[in-house]
Amino acid sequence: MSDEYDNNKSYQAQSSEVIDGSAGSVNPDIDYVRPAEVGEQDLYHGHSFIEKWVFCQDAKVIGVQYFLTAVFTGIVGLILSWLMRLQLGFPGLAGFMTAEHYYQFVTMHGMIMVVYFLTALFLGGFGNYLIPLMVGARDMVFPYVNMLSFWMFFVAVAVLMASFFVPGGPTGAGWTLYPPQTILEGTPGSGMGILLMLISLSLFVIGFTMGGLNYMITILQARTRGMTLMRMPLTVWGIFTATVLAMLAFPALLVSAIMMTLDKVLQTSFFMPTILKAGEVLEYGGGSPILFQHLFWFFGHPEVYIVALPAFGIVSDLISVHARKNIFGYRMMVWAIVGIGGLSFFVWAHHMYVSGMNPWFGFFFATTTLIIAVPTAMKVYNWILTLWRGNIRINTVMLWCLGFIVTFVNGGITGIFLGNVSVDVPLSDTYFVIAHFHMVMGIAPLMVIMGAVYHWFPLVAGKMLHEGLGKWHFWITFLGAYSIYFPMHYLGFIGVPRRYFEMYDSPYMTSAVGMNEFISIAAFIVGAAQFILVFNIIKTLKTGKKAEQNPWKANSLEWYTSTVPPEHGNFGERLPVVHRWPYDFSVPGAKDDFIPQTTAPSEVIHTEVEKT
Amino acid sequence: MSEQKIDGFELKPGFKGMASDTGSDQTMFKGVHWGKAMMWIFLLSDTFVFSCFLISYMKGRGSTIVDWPNTSEVFSLYVGGVPVPLLLIAIMTFVLITSSGTMALAVKYGYEKNRKMCGWLILATAVGGLTFVGMQVFEWSKLIHEGVRPWGNPFGASQFGSFFFMITGFHGFHVSIGVIFLFIYTYKVFAGHYESKKRGWFTKMKGDYVEIEILGLYWHFVDLVWVFIFAFFYLW
Repeated sequence: MSDEYDNNKSYQAQSSEVIDGSAGSVNPDIDYVRPAEVGEQDLYHGHSFIEKWVFCQDAKVIGVQYFLTAVFTGIVGLILSWLMRLQLGFPGLAGFMTAEHYYQFVTMHGMIMVVYFLTALFLGGFGNYLIPLMVGARDMVFPYVNMLSFWMFFVAVAVLMASFFVPGGPTGAGWTLYPPQTILEGTPGSGMGILLMLISLSLFVIGFTMGGLNYMITILQARTRGMTLMRMPLTVWGIFTATVLAMLAFPALLVSAIMMTLDKVLQTSFFMPTILKAGEVLEYGGGSPILFQHLFWFFGHPEVYIVALPAFGIVSDLISVHARKNIFGYRMMVWAIVGIGGLSFFVWAHHMYVSGMNPWFGFFFATTTLIIAVPTAMKVYNWILTLWRGNIRINTVMLWCLGFIVTFVNGGITGIFLGNVSVDVPLSDTYFVIAHFHMVMGIAPLMVIMGAVYHWFPLVAGKMLHEGLGKWHFWITFLGAYSIYFPMHYLGFIGVPRRYFEMYDSPYMTSAVGMNEFISIAAFIVGAAQFILVFNIIKTLKTGKKAEQNPWKANSLEWYTSTVPPEHGNFGERLPVVHRWPYDFSVPGAKDDFIPQTTAPSEVIHTEVEKT
Repeated sequence: MSEQKIDGFELKPGFKGMASDTGSDQTMFKGVHWGKAMMWIFLLSDTFVFSCFLISYMKGRGSTIVDWPNTSEVFSLYVGGVPVPLLLIAIMTFVLITSSGTMALAVKYGYEKNRKMCGWLILATAVGGLTFVGMQVFEWSKLIHEGVRPWGNPFGASQFGSFFFMITGFHGFHVSIGVIFLFIYTYKVFAGHYESKKRGWFTKMKGDYVEIEILGLYWHFVDLVWVFIFAFFYLW
């Protein structure tokens, strides 16, 4: 941006005009920030218990509601993964486990973790809580719609959970729900199960759209004075871009869910080809199963980045704060997030290399897929360069961040394998794929979530989580996750297929049996370790150490609220005025090693603070 | 608007000026009401919904094994025993486009604080929308009477009925939602809620005539989508 049109007039002041910063000599020109464009937001404060805690319009309460609901579904997903591992490691040990049950657990585990856990947690949970606080708004711009958004999500979860209890159980078609088998007899849950799944997904999309509009407009149109786009924390950038992706990708999911519902209920043939079953031609005919795959992955691939981009953003902020250094290449990080978001709409068919597409399609999508590695690698380098020569504090939050970087690089590298058609074809539908996506979009974002919980818990609850328990939690999870997923790469290479209930006497099973047992035991331990966090939270809420305001000495606005935890309206009488980016750590010449976003330039005139 | 001035802010010329304005503090779209920005972004998302429907339709129609029905026969109306192709659709389209005109006038009179005219024009828009939905019900019942079903029809590929009912149904649902809101806003305007700053029933927020424009955006969008459905279903 040229200086000709610089919005930050403050920095155009000549140094000669400025009287050096002794107290009381505030230069009005250098601290100038344009007056407010928009009047004060009209807030509705709840009066009763129901209005304050149940049907609440405060984004922070909604964020916590989203968080708790998502964690609940996440625990269900975790238990399902235990049951799957029980069967894979020790076939026949659980008497009730039939092949049908196994497929149902696989399906529900996948759908829950991707959509109802990670997406809802990052955008609904962290998005709601952090966006208004970080951009300096009193609340989301449409609080009522925001409240509806959560309750729509809640109903979606309820419908999803209800599918466990209907005749035939939940759908067992795999989380990709590929037709025609999804709605044909013989697939578990092809009756009520799939129907409830499709209804639940549609409700989720509607609910998310309500929330997503709020996140976008709050970020675009309700920032506080001085909060330019390039002064926003990367957390906000990540959540914003992910929301844009979701607003454009979820329509494809909605449409495919509607069409499949009609295929199921009204016997239309959108996705159903002519099918011969036991020598009999079914009613269906003339539809295209590949169309569903295109629609699904047009949603499904951006969905990966809907989960990843908020994680990228949050981890950037955590690393910067806990390494006491400004984020390396802020603008590059922003453009990388935006670039990854844009590219993510042009790679979807790399999930369909074995679906029988035209080979040129594979060529195109392999190219775009590998191009995504460029902005992603830039981000990884920048995280490492942020750490370089930083004043790193090895606390629980930093451990999770470091764990994230390592895990993300791991999963990213196997992604380069799978992005190439010729390498992907033999590896398709093996445990290599399982290992890849669990590393890159399961464990890696989860580590960020954990780091974020330890980081922001003092803000939400006003108490510090126990560090020792946090470190145990981290090390068990970190080492355990690698014990689970490293061997899976090998299983994939020797050809063990995914989604198989049992291997029976397959030739490669001799080497895989012991490994499967080992993976299962590790999975039980890692899963159980997550309850350390639950215990930690309960213990902290009861007896924890009270947190001082801004315990991590961070710069971004959420730590500068009128009260901790922040009340409805966030900032008390007057909204904060922003003068800088949130990454002014360890500035040479500054009194403290951090300069809050609200610090006026005249107060730090003698420092080497950068222009932002 | 020829001159754009927001308190303390003047839009700068040229591409660099635009980039600078976009990245500036507080708002990205200067002087744009929150609700209006929300509606635009919602419509962008909705555009993707309809695009997915229409692209699926093109793919479905292109890959059926049975011939597609002859649309100019299926959609024709008999007037005195003579089939007139597209007659009903022409009237429906005319009504809907006209209602877009009354909507635009309602927005104009709303901003001029001409409460009566604004109210009558919104009512006219609502009646236009209702007429459209009514004619769609007529068309559906006519086709159903002739044996067209979502799962099959006597004229050709079964996907014809599937896509027709799904896409026009989804559009008709949009129109119906719009009509409901048009009636609500007719009441609000005639009752003078914007003058008395009465708080909304659900949201507890004070309203403004900008809400009429936001509703108008939605209504124009629904009309625009109809133009595409018209082109893809009836003219192809």
